[in-house]
Amino acid sequence: MARLPLPARRRSWPVRHPGDLAMHGIAGLAAAGTILVLVLLTVQVFRQARPAISRFGAAFVWSTDWNPVTNAFGARDLIWGTAVTSLAAVLAAVPLAVAAALFLTELAPARAAAPIRTLVELLAAIPSVVLGLWGILVLGPVLAQHVEPWLGSTLGFIPLFSGAPSPAGLLPACVILTIMVVPIVAAISREVFLTVPADLKDGAYALGATRWEVVRGVVLPHSAAGLTAAVILGLGRALGEAIAVTQVIGGTAAFHASLFGPADTLASRIASQYQGAVSDIQIASIAFLAAILLVFSLVANVGAGLVVGRLQRRRLGVR
Amino acid sequence: MKTRSETSLTPARDAAPSEGLLSQPAALDVLFEQRSPAEAEPLEPVLEARAVTVRYGAAVAVSDVSLDVHRNRVTAFIGPSGCGKTTLLRTFNRMNDLVPGAVVSGRVAYHGVDVNGAGVDPIEVRRRIGMVFQRPNPFPKSVFDNVAFGLRLHGLKDDLSGRVEEALRRAALWDEVKDRLGKNALGLSGGQQQRLCIARALAVEPDLLLMDEPASALDPISTTRIEDLLRELRSQVTIVIVTHNMQQAARVADLTAFFSVEPTGGDEHERGGVLIEYGPTEQLFTRPADRRTEDYVTGRFG
Repeated sequence: MARLPLPARRRSWPVRHPGDLAMHGIAGLAAAGTILVLVLLTVQVFRQARPAISRFGAAFVWSTDWNPVTNAFGARDLIWGTAVTSLAAVLAAVPLAVAAALFLTELAPARAAAPIRTLVELLAAIPSVVLGLWGILVLGPVLAQHVEPWLGSTLGFIPLFSGAPSPAGLLPACVILTIMVVPIVAAISREVFLTVPADLKDGAYALGATRWEVVRGVVLPHSAAGLTAAVILGLGRALGEAIAVTQVIGGTAAFHASLFGPADTLASRIASQYQGAVSDIQIASIAFLAAILLVFSLVANVGAGLVVGRLQRRRLGVR
Repeated sequence: MKTRSETSLTPARDAAPSEGLLSQPAALDVLFEQRSPAEAEPLEPVLEARAVTVRYGAAVAVSDVSLDVHRNRVTAFIGPSGCGKTTLLRTFNRMNDLVPGAVVSGRVAYHGVDVNGAGVDPIEVRRRIGMVFQRPNPFPKSVFDNVAFGLRLHGLKDDLSGRVEEALRRAALWDEVKDRLGKNALGLSGGQQQRLCIARALAVEPDLLLMDEPASALDPISTTRIEDLLRELRSQVTIVIVTHNMQQAARVADLTAFFSVEPTGGDEHERGGVLIEYGPTEQLFTRPADRRTEDYVTGRFG
């Protein structure tokens, strides 16, 4: 028997084939580039914010002042505005989006599902500034004239729905953000639901499960990890959205429970004041806001990663 | 289709073989005398298919099939790929409802009730007729929750753990899993997973169990265990098994139906699954009435 004239292959690295080598190089560079951008961006934001960090310290986070004249700056009201609008938008958007995705994957006939899916995704294609304009011209006035008085008279005992109606404020911002979050969460949820193996659904159907029982017993448990990721991506979108929120929220830092009154968020304050900042310390304070927002987003994403991994492992039965 | 149901008891293309055998009890007695006396009880149809045709869009998957499934017998469906045996099986519990574009005509009567009839809920049909699939498909839940899944759907919540244990025992799996009922079912071996799926189906006490190539994804030892199990279950439940494996049919089935892909319309290119011959397994394998059956069981046909 002739011996093959090839040396035993000892290592899988470096890859010998030119195509593989090129692919490794390009993919590796792209991955490294992404990390580099994130690191440089974080460093830059914190460097810009350093004067404000050293002057105000941690008190910046709970201080309520924002006065360019006296150079007193604080982020509490903006953090409040960000938290309220983002959480309300996610709470409102997730059930809608998940239901829409379930409709598209489990209920709608294929002929209807394709156009509906396209329309839902088109919602994500609307430029946020256009959505914001619609918020100023249509949504805000409608809410102030019809919805907010009604909410106030029926649910006014809840602090969220107390106070005077206003065309600009937290409520229109929540609605706008909901509209922006729905298509993202719906698109990802749909992808997640499509990964549920048909065998599993058949297994449940064959036991006499109804569609709802299949959704509840098989589709949703199987999709828990993916849905969590979808929610976090939606939250990230809501946290970071600046333009449309700036257009409808009223731009007044205020700490109130009412959804009707004007307020402001981290992102919209950065968008509205960076250009017109009058002092170095104001610019540094705005960078400080950016740093807080960045930390929020990173924490949300890392947390989501941990949750997703854990759910995934539980589903596969490895602990 | 309905207008033809009178004549359809005699398959369209071959007048003699299939139904003729079953309508002559004398021919069956010969075989069953060789088996244990318990199995010699008379044939009693649980499910009657009459002139069943299934189309997927323009393609005909099953063409004009009529046959009876008999109580406490194992009936095997054999035949080459694409002969419609799985599709036919899925008409019995209306799983084809879930396939977009599938159109079923003809009559499938379960204890005399047309499962496709007006007012018949497919959910109810599937609760009475169990199914086991080609690939083991346990839910990503604990062993216990897998078996309890159907019980909970049906509201059979009293003595849940007793029922789960009973189903696992019937599926010959209890001894292997009794100490890990809380563990995820995906940690079981493929053969154990498939027996878990059988337990899951048995838990809700169907009187008819449909099995779509239940051992095709398993190793030989696991396959043997499933076959042993089928022979044990025969006294409690009626079983229809689709299999690619002729030896398996010969080993486990009392009755065997052979399907083939044949021209179904005037057009030579229009082909679909047709029932060629149906009778006692031994007879079908040793003295087939149809040349095509003989070619297939002797391996002369791809």
